[in-house]
Amino acid sequence: MKRYSAFAVAREALNYHMGWERAWASPEPKKKYDVIIIGAGGHGLATAYYLGKNFGITNVAVIEKGWLGGGNTGRNTTIIRSNYLQDASAAIYEKARSLYETMSQDLNYNVMFSPRGVIMLAQTEHEVRGYQRTAHANALQGVKTEFISPARVKEIVPIINLSGPRYPVLGGLWQARGGTARHDAVAWGYARACSDMGMHIIQKCEVTGVRQEGGKVVGVDTSRGPIDCDKLGMVVAGNAGHVAGMAGFRLPVESVALQALVSEPIKPCMDCVVMANTVHGYMSQSDKGEMVIGGGTDGFNNYTQRGSFHHAEETVRALIETFPMIARLKMLRQWGGIVDVTGDRSPIIGKAPVEGIFINCGWGTGGFKAIPGSGWGFAELMAKGYSPLTAEFGLDRFHQGRFIDESVAAGVAH
Amino acid sequence: MLILDCPCCGVSGEETEFHAGGEAHLKRFGPGSSDAEFHDYLFTKENPKGVHLERWRHANGCGKWFLAARDTMTLEVYGTYSAQTTEPPQDIKDKISAKRPGWSWREFS
Repeated sequence: MKRYSAFAVAREALNYHMGWERAWASPEPKKKYDVIIIGAGGHGLATAYYLGKNFGITNVAVIEKGWLGGGNTGRNTTIIRSNYLQDASAAIYEKARSLYETMSQDLNYNVMFSPRGVIMLAQTEHEVRGYQRTAHANALQGVKTEFISPARVKEIVPIINLSGPRYPVLGGLWQARGGTARHDAVAWGYARACSDMGMHIIQKCEVTGVRQEGGKVVGVDTSRGPIDCDKLGMVVAGNAGHVAGMAGFRLPVESVALQALVSEPIKPCMDCVVMANTVHGYMSQSDKGEMVIGGGTDGFNNYTQRGSFHHAEETVRALIETFPMIARLKMLRQWGGIVDVTGDRSPIIGKAPVEGIFINCGWGTGGFKAIPGSGWGFAELMAKGYSPLTAEFGLDRFHQGRFIDESVAAGVAH
Repeated sequence: MLILDCPCCGVSGEETEFHAGGEAHLKRFGPGSSDAEFHDYLFTKENPKGVHLERWRHANGCGKWFLAARDTMTLEVYGTYSAQTTEPPQDIKDKISAKRPGWSWREFS
């Protein structure tokens, strides 16, 4: 792999930019791999990358039914933060956030991580108390956040209207080191690094069955023929329940649509991410100048990657009160992704009931921010059978009543 | 945008009139059942890619609960029926079979 650098740009310029090689290979599937990961989204590719980097396991295939990063990795609002209440979540999200800081250098691929800061607005007395509690919890967990006054919120976000009649801003939970990153580049960067380690990324290859012998996984059937493996990782987000069904077990997840939309591009007006959870909306400004807006989930099970119009309408209607200046913006695009939501709004990362199968799902509405931490922990779990980062997130927690209740910190109302 | 017919009051409304209530035909396991049964009752979901039987409430209408057969791949509503039933009526099953031959949802098919 040729490294990307300023020197490389100059070198290729002399060659009319005809010499750039493909970022990753598209090999034919082999008959057998040590590890197969189903799903070439951020989490799947990060898992493969850390399997190779941290544990030297490179005989790995990442199988994807569509195209690389074409699921929720390409459909989110790119927010990165780690201001969670529970210790287990704060640990994995903070690990992820810290890995994002050096990801561009680590992967030699510019993921445009921008630690521009994230504010979660407190717009009811209940939220004020909740976020003060989170700020105290974060101090103990080693996550740098603080509860700030309305005046400080106005200083950070001048376009905000503090005194809205329905939802006045009473304060905010500020994480200065949160931010955004280029979502596609995260998937592409990991894919390029994986391909460089000799891993196979197999796109347009749908898994149609999971083969088992004596209660142990031996391989998968795909639209490009059977492929054998010793260990299987399922990292398929909204389709988790569907793929788990192929292996003969059920999951405590429901798949629902989550929507986002962007406005026409405007001049820079907001240099941080603002989340308003009471009104189910959050907004940031992309580098292109578009206001990126995310909303709440639909209430019913859905696999169609489009949500109901009235949810987008409610989100925008509520945000207009807090940001009056966006009222005349035209919205350019709207899209939906299928998220897999668990009962306690925390992910499932652990061993599946079938030996050799590992499952990483249930990220619900907040998976993008966790990509490197999730991959780091899941790779350790697959390689060694245990990871301190993911130990609390096992499938058995529902059986034991040991929930990681993050319905408040999950960011959007459900 | 879904259009649902409330079988209780007969009104045909769009989804903002209704509130989704999750899976239908749950079999309750309470005291005396095994841990696994109780766990499955509380947490595990069918979450199918295809035909789904589910509960809805006519929240901004008559306020009553009813059941619906819907497709999660196409968002087509096959029909709605009374919540006071233990399985979908035959005409709705026939309608589903015409669109998705060989469908199954738990013990129904």
